[in-house]
Amino acid sequence: MDLQVLTGIFVFTTFAIYIVIAIIARAKTTEDFYVAGGNISAVGNGMATAADWMSAASFISMAGLIAFYGYGGSVFLLGWTGGYVLLATLLAPYLRKHHTHTVPEFISDRYYSKAARLVAVICLIIASVTYIIGQMKGVGVAFSRFLEVDYDTGLTIGIGIVFFYAVMGGMKGITYTQMVQYVIMIFAYTIPAIFISLQLTGNPIPQLGLGSMMADGTYLLDKLDMVVTDLGFKEYTTQYRLSGLNMFVYTVSLMIGTAGLPHVIMRFFTVDSVKAARQSAGWALLFIAILYTTAPAVAAMARLNLMQTIQPTSDMSENLQYEQRPTWFKNWEKTGLLKFEDKNGDGRIQYTGDKATNEMVKVDRDIMVLANPEIAKLPNWVIALVAAGGLAAALSTAAGLLLAISSSISRDLLKGILQPDMSEEKELLSSRIAMGVAVMVAGYYGFNPPDFAAGTVALAFGLAASSIFPALMMGIFTKKINKEGAIAGMLAGIGITLLYVFQHKGIMFIKETAFLGDMDPNWFLGIEPNAFGAIGAIVNFTVAFIVSGMTKPTPKHIEEMVDNLRLPESK
Amino acid sequence: MSKDEYWSANIKLIVITLAIWFSVSYLAGIVFVDILNNIQIAGYKLGFWFSQQGAMYVFVALIFWYSSQIDKLDTKYNEEGSK
Repeated sequence: MDLQVLTGIFVFTTFAIYIVIAIIARAKTTEDFYVAGGNISAVGNGMATAADWMSAASFISMAGLIAFYGYGGSVFLLGWTGGYVLLATLLAPYLRKHHTHTVPEFISDRYYSKAARLVAVICLIIASVTYIIGQMKGVGVAFSRFLEVDYDTGLTIGIGIVFFYAVMGGMKGITYTQMVQYVIMIFAYTIPAIFISLQLTGNPIPQLGLGSMMADGTYLLDKLDMVVTDLGFKEYTTQYRLSGLNMFVYTVSLMIGTAGLPHVIMRFFTVDSVKAARQSAGWALLFIAILYTTAPAVAAMARLNLMQTIQPTSDMSENLQYEQRPTWFKNWEKTGLLKFEDKNGDGRIQYTGDKATNEMVKVDRDIMVLANPEIAKLPNWVIALVAAGGLAAALSTAAGLLLAISSSISRDLLKGILQPDMSEEKELLSSRIAMGVAVMVAGYYGFNPPDFAAGTVALAFGLAASSIFPALMMGIFTKKINKEGAIAGMLAGIGITLLYVFQHKGIMFIKETAFLGDMDPNWFLGIEPNAFGAIGAIVNFTVAFIVSGMTKPTPKHIEEMVDNLRLPESK
Repeated sequence: MSKDEYWSANIKLIVITLAIWFSVSYLAGIVFVDILNNIQIAGYKLGFWFSQQGAMYVFVALIFWYSSQIDKLDTKYNEEGSK
């Protein structure tokens, strides 16, 4: 069957499922809307968390990043999984014990301050809105490439679907949809990987295939190292991302950023006990690891396939002739994500690590996962499945982020700060309206991606790492930190992180305003701006301790609250 | 078991968990990666394996291990507390 028709069937079947779920799982109370009634099982929440967490970036971009950064891409694998160990041991169980509905609500209770709540709301909204722009772009790209509808139409359909199930079902609708989305996503990711691993190594398990021998008797990774170094690229398995120190700090930033992202933390408020909160972090990471341990195999195999398609042997005269390039090559050229320029005029493609002779002038990293099944000549239904999977990944994360935004507007801003005597019905209505508005704002940015879109996801992690994570952790593990310390710490953490990012990347990412320039010699200890959240967190901890030491100690009833937080649930 | 004993037992568990978490990712995967890469198991250099495979498997196991240990501690606290 025609690829486009097949893709259409796959995509619209999955959309129909989301709509059915939205109708069945309507939110009737604020409890439903914020925490899905609070009785989701550990495994179910683990699945939903995995879908919530794995975004278009994980599904589409990550393997591409690893394919080109090789070993240096490990920071994403380690950073985006290791945070769950921190969540399970340091945050999730205690926040669940406190019975909070939003992250700023906990900060408000623990630091007995509306100002602290407001700071947390601002961090949450900036982090979530920046994050969501990337998802909206992912929806538009997946539609335009696979269904050949234009970007705007694709985006409109995507927004319509999210609007329907998120506004109607709140957390309840989102939870059940995310479980389905996880299943779609994981099949879409692993099936092509299994095929490709079989083709290259004869081993159907990609995680093992990556360490296996190919038909010619060499190990896949050794072969890849050889092929890329022959062409003048850095050795795949040992190429650092700048330096060991930079990788270390970057990994810390991503880990604590992951643990501090409100849309992930919120998922743990939906389970029925503290015990379930801990276990469900384990399930979530297990479900995530299925995709994340497959990704490095996809990355290495895609890189090798790409190289060997263009340069089948080391003899340059046998390189792929431009006129004979395969269909996928032409399709991606149309999108502008792949560009060829015949520098030496021989009609063949040279793909090398040397800028002067390299003729593949643009190979966008994002196409690696999407084009991979086509490069490996897999059947059409596999390619259609990948499209549905990419959409599931983008939509599930977008929905989770929208809920984080809307609940903090209705619960924290409206009810918590402005109008504490709001009735339950009014609160439910206002959270639905907030959700609708949030969808519209996100959609607007999807249609008009701001110039700074590319840098924004990194900023979200930086903010979560430097403000929310330290505030939550200190709130649980020390009683010393008081209201003044927490607020000063959060502001200092965000301040220094934003300053560092903006001085190198430009204020609000406008290049001309980057007063220190985006170059390594000006970087503090050679740490790239995206990795700076960890330093922001250290500043936050330090400032919070110093300021708390100089101001009035935490009141007695707050100390008792913390004591209670630390105790197990009574039977 | 007193409240303080429970909490310090929990802290001890967290320290053990995070020590292993740190070793498999930051030490094996980044700090000592070049040294470990001298050891090759099948097609994998060991340091590379830790950073792109091994650390993640250990993370999953760690969370389930921590959960089961703290569950035991909770039960013990609740039973002794009810006496």
